[in-house]
Amino acid sequence: MSGAVAQGERVVAAIDQGTTSTRCLLFTHSGRMVAVAQREHRQHYPRPGLVEHDALEIWRNVRRVVPAALRRAGLEPSNVVALGIANQRETTVVWNRHTGIPLARAITWQDTRTDAIVERLVSDGQTGLYAGISGLGPATYFAGPRLQWLLDHVPGAREGALSGDVVFGTIETWLIWQLTGGPDGGRHVTDVTNASRTMLMDLRTLQWSDELLTALRVPRRMLPEIRSNSEVYGHCTGVLDGVPVAGALGDQQAALVGQTCFAPGEAKCTYGTGGFLLKNTGSRIAGSEDGLIPTVGYLFGDDPVYALEGSIAMTGSLVQWFRDALGMISTAAQIETLAMTVPDNGGCYVVPAFSGLYAPRWHPDARGVIVGLTSYIHRGHLARAVLEATAWQTREVLDAMNRDSGLPVTRLKVDGGMTANHLLMQFVADVLDVPVERPLGSEAVSLGAAYAAGLAVGYWPDPEVLRRNWHRAAAWEPDMDPRLRRSEHENWGRAVDRSFGWARPGS
Amino acid sequence: MAKPIQSIERAAAVLRLLGGAGRPLALAELAAALDLPRPTAHGIVRTLCDEDLAGQDPSTGRYHLGDGLTRLGSAWDRHDLRSRAMNWADALAATTGCAVFLGVPEDRGVGLVHHVFRPDGTPQRLRTNAVQPLHATAWGLCLLAFAPVAARPPQEMERYTRRTVTTAAALADVLAETRRRGWAADAGGYEPDVGRVAVPVRSGGGLTVAALGIGAPLEELFGPGGRVRPDPLAALTSAAGEIAASLEAER
Repeated sequence: MSGAVAQGERVVAAIDQGTTSTRCLLFTHSGRMVAVAQREHRQHYPRPGLVEHDALEIWRNVRRVVPAALRRAGLEPSNVVALGIANQRETTVVWNRHTGIPLARAITWQDTRTDAIVERLVSDGQTGLYAGISGLGPATYFAGPRLQWLLDHVPGAREGALSGDVVFGTIETWLIWQLTGGPDGGRHVTDVTNASRTMLMDLRTLQWSDELLTALRVPRRMLPEIRSNSEVYGHCTGVLDGVPVAGALGDQQAALVGQTCFAPGEAKCTYGTGGFLLKNTGSRIAGSEDGLIPTVGYLFGDDPVYALEGSIAMTGSLVQWFRDALGMISTAAQIETLAMTVPDNGGCYVVPAFSGLYAPRWHPDARGVIVGLTSYIHRGHLARAVLEATAWQTREVLDAMNRDSGLPVTRLKVDGGMTANHLLMQFVADVLDVPVERPLGSEAVSLGAAYAAGLAVGYWPDPEVLRRNWHRAAAWEPDMDPRLRRSEHENWGRAVDRSFGWARPGS
Repeated sequence: MAKPIQSIERAAAVLRLLGGAGRPLALAELAAALDLPRPTAHGIVRTLCDEDLAGQDPSTGRYHLGDGLTRLGSAWDRHDLRSRAMNWADALAATTGCAVFLGVPEDRGVGLVHHVFRPDGTPQRLRTNAVQPLHATAWGLCLLAFAPVAARPPQEMERYTRRTVTTAAALADVLAETRRRGWAADAGGYEPDVGRVAVPVRSGGGLTVAALGIGAPLEELFGPGGRVRPDPLAALTSAAGEIAASLEAER
């Protein structure tokens, strides 16, 4: 995709390094995207539960998509004022700093090989230690246990880490190091948002915690320096030669910035295969009750802005299941057509607890259920129930967030592929009872990375200016009888109750 | 080359007969014209009726072309259309500063499949799923001009503003002009102060599947003398081409 761009126009480049692909997008001063180029990378599944990426393949893709995006816009590297990175969080790389070669494939955020490590941390009663310092209770999502696994299982990793030859990074660290020279003086840095997902960083000081490093047996020498989200980390050599690398954020925090949620109480939800709701909590670190995660929203300058994060495991992936496993529709978009053949769910509810229920309920033994089946129910009702499940799960996360002290969420900014579904967005507004708004341009993640980089080099003077780039493309106002909302909420709750306790231990 | 399938050849012949006769045909006439036994002809025409490609008059029992034929050209699922068009519609709103609409033919009107707000921060209401009049809106006129099978001119043309086209003769002139220049416009034909311009979105075979349009305060889209400003029109045409290409690429 490319749009008209004036000769000599200055743009900010963003690299969106995601789970399945690497993209480069170019943005103008008004936040308009003028070009995008994309390359997918291979998913390696060595065993069930293991998901790996080749970090060198990802780096190679970066070197391809950046020039491709420039070509599409008809621009030169000299038109690029800064480069920002948004990345899949918690994916872990270790490499040799003299050769630039990873010691093993990167272990991705979906990989569950650390479940034994994590279980031990929990059974040893260490949950409080990690939650107290890093804000994160031990879970297989996070990078720290993965790093410990690599150090313990990859030959030469621990010795190399202790001698200073082997270093660690999440994906943004790996890319910044490569972009700024690699073995020839590459900068070994991470940003606070990615570091906040390792279980190794002190959420208050924004520095590595010696206590947690000791507990997870991670040598401090191998860790990158923690920096803010918006500053010049170094300059590119090779691809985009001389352009400052000036912004980095984990993808969900990048979307928070891209959606310009700069004030406490402002919240965004990104609807992809899963859903990620982040609320700005300002200078306050929220409590982690109900399984929500306090995290760094962003750090521009000296004062961190914190956020509270709640995730929904299955949103778009439930629609994919409806399409691929049940064959009810041939494209994801057609679920809206099918759902619109009926006026309501006909009393049918789908609880997608395919691998248990996460925040805020935390029932690992729950499994998915469809309840309320009668001979009246047909495909259309199921389609509605599938969409409604995403809305009710959003409601549960939002309710948990509003139980946290601080400003309640009074409107929700949304982005991601599912915002194409207007029936769903209306239902989200109806059950949350707050307006739901979609911005023009659905690239909130990349835009956030571009904003961070552009702010660092003065392309934009301050975050407030960026608010003017946020344009409402659509808004869905709540339009549901409060009594109906209450009774449907109750029905959803009863359906969820029926999903509990289905899985037996060991199955 | 694969061998032609006889039953499909015969079905096509039945459709040609029904389409060319200019009046409903009896089963005996169909069988005679195609030189087929009556049970064979009956089997074919009944199957076509089941597929809605032919129809039977309940009082006379004679056969005619079915309503399903008019929908052949608009086979795109409207939500597939929206999801394919969404990024381009956003880009169009950003470059033109106008609201963007995507409309498809619907019973007695143009159904709005997608709507992107005008990016100026003013309060706006989402019009997705609204049905607007064919003769009074640029997107309706666009469908009447370029998708004449799927969109039929209304019998009664209601007046919404003093610029609404309300007579068959005036409508014919507007549609001829629309076909000649390749785009449709209403300079306040539905709402007095709102101008609209629309172009066809074509899928494989050149069939128009939707109308892509922009709307803005009248004076922003129309210059002195009611001429459409060139820049938004160029952006609109280019966006429709991109959407058409994405329909082609991913079908």
